[in-house]
Amino acid sequence: MDRNDWARAAMNFDLSDEQKMLGEQARALLSDLSSFDRLRVLIDSGAEWDEPLWRALADMGFLGAAIPEAYGGLGLGALDLGVIMEALGAANAAVPFMSSIVLGAEAIRLAGSEAQKAAWLPKLASGEAVATFAYAEGPGPVFATGVTLEGGRLNGSKSPVADAGIADVAVVLVAGGGFALVELGQPGVARTRLDSFDQLRAHYRLDFAEAAAEAMPGAGKLDRLIDQAAVQAAFEAAGAAEACLKMARDYAMERQMFGRPLAGYQAIKHKLADVAVATELARSNAYYGGWAAESSPDDLPAAAAAARLSGIKCLEMAARENLQVHGGIGYTFEANCHFYYRRERMLAVHLGNRGFWADRLLNAQPGSQGKAA
Amino acid sequence: MDFNDSPAEAAFRAEARDWLAAHAPAHELAAGTKMPDTEEADRGRAWMRELYAGGWSGLTFPKALGGRGLSGPEAVIFAEEEGKYHLPKGPFTSIGTGMALPVIAKHGTEAQKQRFIEPTLKGDITWCQLFSEPAAGSDLAALRTKAVRADDGSGDWIVNGQKVWSSWAHLTDWGILVVRTDPALPKHKGLTFFVVDMKTPGIETRPIRQISGASEFNETFLTDVRIPDANRLGAEGEGWACCMTVLMGERLGSGAHRSGVEPLIDYAAATPDGQGGTMLDDRAIRQQLAEALAEEQGERFFQARLRTMVSKGENPGALAGMVKLAYASRYQKTNGLALELRGLAGIAPEAGDTATGDVQYDYIYSTVMRIAGGADEVLRNQIAERVLGMPGEVRMDKDVPFESLKG
Repeated sequence: MDRNDWARAAMNFDLSDEQKMLGEQARALLSDLSSFDRLRVLIDSGAEWDEPLWRALADMGFLGAAIPEAYGGLGLGALDLGVIMEALGAANAAVPFMSSIVLGAEAIRLAGSEAQKAAWLPKLASGEAVATFAYAEGPGPVFATGVTLEGGRLNGSKSPVADAGIADVAVVLVAGGGFALVELGQPGVARTRLDSFDQLRAHYRLDFAEAAAEAMPGAGKLDRLIDQAAVQAAFEAAGAAEACLKMARDYAMERQMFGRPLAGYQAIKHKLADVAVATELARSNAYYGGWAAESSPDDLPAAAAAARLSGIKCLEMAARENLQVHGGIGYTFEANCHFYYRRERMLAVHLGNRGFWADRLLNAQPGSQGKAA
Repeated sequence: MDFNDSPAEAAFRAEARDWLAAHAPAHELAAGTKMPDTEEADRGRAWMRELYAGGWSGLTFPKALGGRGLSGPEAVIFAEEEGKYHLPKGPFTSIGTGMALPVIAKHGTEAQKQRFIEPTLKGDITWCQLFSEPAAGSDLAALRTKAVRADDGSGDWIVNGQKVWSSWAHLTDWGILVVRTDPALPKHKGLTFFVVDMKTPGIETRPIRQISGASEFNETFLTDVRIPDANRLGAEGEGWACCMTVLMGERLGSGAHRSGVEPLIDYAAATPDGQGGTMLDDRAIRQQLAEALAEEQGERFFQARLRTMVSKGENPGALAGMVKLAYASRYQKTNGLALELRGLAGIAPEAGDTATGDVQYDYIYSTVMRIAGGADEVLRNQIAERVLGMPGEVRMDKDVPFESLKG
């Protein structure tokens, strides 16, 4: 599409009935298995993830949704994955879906050798193995390349790495910009659990000392990988924002203040109306990103960055105002606002912060937009 | 979900592109063009005539009424292609095709449809909207302009009152008018809708000088204006339903407004930062422009979702107000940012700096975008109440006869 065509308003800009049904199935499963009470139990027990939930997601075929059929998946597309991510976001589920499926499996699909795909994708689709993607090396560049892979040996450190405690294998961003595939349960890998701000997503420091690792042949796939993941993160954010909005609305309808429902006050109504608008705009951008990922790769960089920015924006508003509408009770562990409030900050920096994605969006525009100094 | 045209849509788009390429450039205006109102009106009429002659006017109106009888997607496709040209349209033509014709088509008699639709599509009749009053804007149903039957047995109506914010009322041929015909009823129930010939004796329009310097808005004074009953639209007392038809069209249409962030990105890239680079190298500026771009894209794709709903026969209701609520504030914020980029030269540019002139105008104009077609506050109430199901505002005047209300 040329510059003027990207905003084309097709008349079927909506999910298909099958996609809507898939989303409903995911929501139903999560409401059965991933209640807020369940999340509190997981936090209190120091759990790294909700393993029974992961098994249930695997049994439903959700883990393999976007993995090719040749490797044991269902071979569905980015929008199908998106409706699942939206449901996971709404539930604030404690599962490594982003790490293992959106990033790990997809990195292997994009950049792995035939043997690497055959070895890992079926296990990731079935949930038998968990993967993660290791890119950060402390404060500094979002995608750091200080870890080296030489002669099949990996050296250096990645930190933080989401879900690395439960992952069997990691795709590691290495010097030169390529990927290395490393099994984490070997002597050359030390895993140190960090104190994660999002109590339902465990993060680790990984130290590699002569760890056995394989190079992945598909160099230069980082941009594609993180653009696709940004779209999925936007679906997750929109789902979480919708849940916050509904929670705030329901509480405001119930709570009486000065003789009438809190929801009757314009200060509250206008706040939530703004959250509703931001959420619909973000969801619309996520739809477009999903469409671009499936059907129009040239449009993906701009679509992904826009979806990412508006996804975080709506969730930031929704998570903060949800707690605010709840008042003091919102500050308690027993209320549910804190799950989203913490998750939002994690999502806001995972795969690059606002400035990183702002640069990517401007750089993806055609025309005269120079790069940042 | 598919952003690609179907084969039939692609063929229609190609046809539209070819026709526009051959006919639109002659009507295009240079960026930053300012011209007298009368000239702008003449250029609008000329473009309407060109459209009609080419068969591109009234795409969704029945062929028997001078339209093309198409189903809907084509109108969107044509509007997208037409939007690539800087044509003399604006409120002058959209009030006719986007607001007057839909209400005539839905509530008018066969004779009224024959009388008004084709001539409007041809550009022979232009329209203004006589809705708002000094004390009836967001609270439109508080309007006081009244109509009573003439006492000569003709069935004609005699109208007295004042309207305001009537874009182009001094240049247009006809107006759509809502008035009070029964003050003994509660405020929404005693209203009746008319079309009125703006040359009728007793109508006086006074342009209002706006903060932008332009005067496209008017006050319109109606003094013993006689309107034949044949120009009543819908039944007596059912004026509010007609107003809702107009406002839904306005709201869905207003989201299509292009308020590009791209020109502002170009503007930042063309503004030196005094250190050998441009203002687009500034991280804070980049971030704000990128956020605005993401919002703008979200507005357009949300609009695409609304159009999908409409094409499936669903009514988007209060969702339709979301796009305007979002873009008006964004437009104001980003043009305010742009006004800072060039420092003092943004306030007083050298002659010929039309880009800064556009930024200045848009910053001023953004103020009215947050008010017209539903003020921000009204739209937020509607979203909270009708989308989120929150309680309605306290309405002291509900069920009270209009004549018993204070004020």
